[in-house]
Amino acid sequence: MAKRIDVSGLHVYYGDFLAVENVSMTIEPRSVTAFIGSSGCGKSTFLRTLNRMHEVTPGARVEGKVLLDDQDIYSPDVDPVEVRREVGMVFQRPNPFPTMSIYDNVIAGAKLNNRRLRKSEADDIVERSLRGANLWEEVKDRLDRPGAGLSGGQQQRLCIARAIAVEPSVLLMDEPCSALDPISTLAIEDLIAQLKENYTIVIVTHNMQQAARVSDVTAFFNLAGTGKPGKLIEMGETNKIFTKPEKKETENYITGRFG
Amino acid sequence: MSATKLSAPEQTVPPRPTPSLRGRTLPKYLPPALLGGSAVVCAAALYLLDRWNPAVWAILAAVLYTAAVTVLSAVVENRRKAVDRLVTSVVYVCFTVAMVPLVSLLWTVLSRGLVRLDGYFLSVSMNGVTPSMDAGGVYHAIVGTLLMTLMAAVISVPIGLMTAVYLVEYGRGRLRQAITFFVDVMTGIPSIVAGLFVVALWILLFGPGHTNGAAGAIALSVLMIPVVVRSCEEMLRLVPNELREASYALGVPKWLTVLKVVLPTALSGLTTGVMLALARVIGETAPLILTAGSSAVSINANLFEGQMMSLPVFIYSQVRMGGAINYERAWAGALTLIIIVMLLFLAARLVSHFFAPKTR
Ligand SMILES: Nc1ncnc2c1ncn2[C@@H]1O[C@H](COP(=O)(O)OP(=O)(O)OP(=O)(O)O)[C@@H](O)[C@H]1O
Ligand SMILES: [Mg+2]
Repeated sequence: MAKRIDVSGLHVYYGDFLAVENVSMTIEPRSVTAFIGSSGCGKSTFLRTLNRMHEVTPGARVEGKVLLDDQDIYSPDVDPVEVRREVGMVFQRPNPFPTMSIYDNVIAGAKLNNRRLRKSEADDIVERSLRGANLWEEVKDRLDRPGAGLSGGQQQRLCIARAIAVEPSVLLMDEPCSALDPISTLAIEDLIAQLKENYTIVIVTHNMQQAARVSDVTAFFNLAGTGKPGKLIEMGETNKIFTKPEKKETENYITGRFG
Repeated sequence: MSATKLSAPEQTVPPRPTPSLRGRTLPKYLPPALLGGSAVVCAAALYLLDRWNPAVWAILAAVLYTAAVTVLSAVVENRRKAVDRLVTSVVYVCFTVAMVPLVSLLWTVLSRGLVRLDGYFLSVSMNGVTPSMDAGGVYHAIVGTLLMTLMAAVISVPIGLMTAVYLVEYGRGRLRQAITFFVDVMTGIPSIVAGLFVVALWILLFGPGHTNGAAGAIALSVLMIPVVVRSCEEMLRLVPNELREASYALGVPKWLTVLKVVLPTALSGLTTGVMLALARVIGETAPLILTAGSSAVSINANLFEGQMMSLPVFIYSQVRMGGAINYERAWAGALTLIIIVMLLFLAARLVSHFFAPKTR
């Protein structure tokens, strides 16, 4: 039950500071969209507006519309908690819950929401999610150990398992592989390719090859200048962006030339 | 990765001579020997001058040692090491100086308190004991201290903790500033004023002449709440924001996030904070004299009826009587109080140990 995301005229603010200016884009269901762009241009900021995580920062606000299958997630009668159940997120830095075991971390979505699960059901979700995140083999014998005792890369995969355990319809990933080795990275990329059958996936990455490998559509963000807000420069099929971009800026960025 | 061969960059600069990594060092045995030497020299000098005084001796020896080790090091070693030795000595001296009052206090309380502290002293009250009789104990004061502190904790911990949660998780703008300000003001209230406040409140509510344990507990909680708020606030701020966001991203509402992620993560710190607040109020004397009375001699386990003795007030009233036996009782009471505080801290350490986030 992947969903389409339709963004129109979105301005994103931190207090009075306009971080991202006037973004409009459509993210198709059952596809992988990659956000690329230089550091500080607002990729994470924009990504966090798609599940209303942006407003968690004090003073942060947005203007504009974000439609999730025809429902504006920013309309006043929408509950952000419901939005976040539909649109899951994996963060740049792994953040397992330190008080919980590996097992409890995976089913944290259900546990923290006080949802009762039968033991067999919970076992099932844990195994499925951990297999999905390519972590099962490494941790199956120590599921009752604390999640914080895993390596950085394992923690990140634990966080991915935790995010897919609640079966959202959209999965946002903010540089999920920046702490991972090439093998786990490949595993995550395979996972993304699988998840794409059922989910809408948005991934922020600094790794061009990764964007080229996993995504169907690529969006390039850039700063309009120092001190100016970030902007969506160009968005299109990944193939096209990487071979025949329309804008000079995009070409410079992906070929590694700046200025 | 393709199998490209990395060639070393061509050497155009002549290689820099490697500086020697070794240097002369003072032999290991020298600093302790110097310390012993300065101690002996100073002792001898003071003895010869007929000015023997242990405090002066310790200070002179420390100064002499510091000077000697610094100068020697500057001559034999180098400047950096000399500074290192100087600062190391100073730090050790400061540490020792800071320990002196603590050790001396513990020593005094132990040596004087142990004279009377025994099973009998801990298990009887002062009921029917005249001030100079060789009998009586602190049981009634232990009961009073524990009951009043417990009631104060039962009142203060929920209020203080929830205030801290409000300040950290929900508070915005003016109201938060105002609460923070009033908590700061409350922290500075002299304890006798808290006692007077409760006396006034009790007269207002029940009329004059009502002295009981509950009044004491309320006075203690007036003192305890701001401390609990402050320390819990610090602990809650230590919980990384990423954990809250991780929880929100799973579609967990804010209140459940606070309840099931933030509080458990901070639990061990919160326990320590509460214990510090308890330790702060368990030794309060003045407000209890005003509110719970200072003349109870028998066991009273009813917080709402009659005067209630507590350990600090027991110490105070014994010292006021002024006889030798009264002083013995006061010291034994002091030792009892210290032991109770130690036990509380031990319990807190255990709780922190078992609830702290584990990594393996
Ligand atoms: N909490 C915040 N408060 C105020 N400004 C912020 C906050 N977070 C980010 N910003 C600003 O918003 C802009 C965009 O930041 P953002 O983190 O979205 O960049 P990014 O594209 O994700 O960069 P990176 O690739 O380094 O992760 C930056 O100018 C940053 O300084
Ligand atoms: Mg970012």
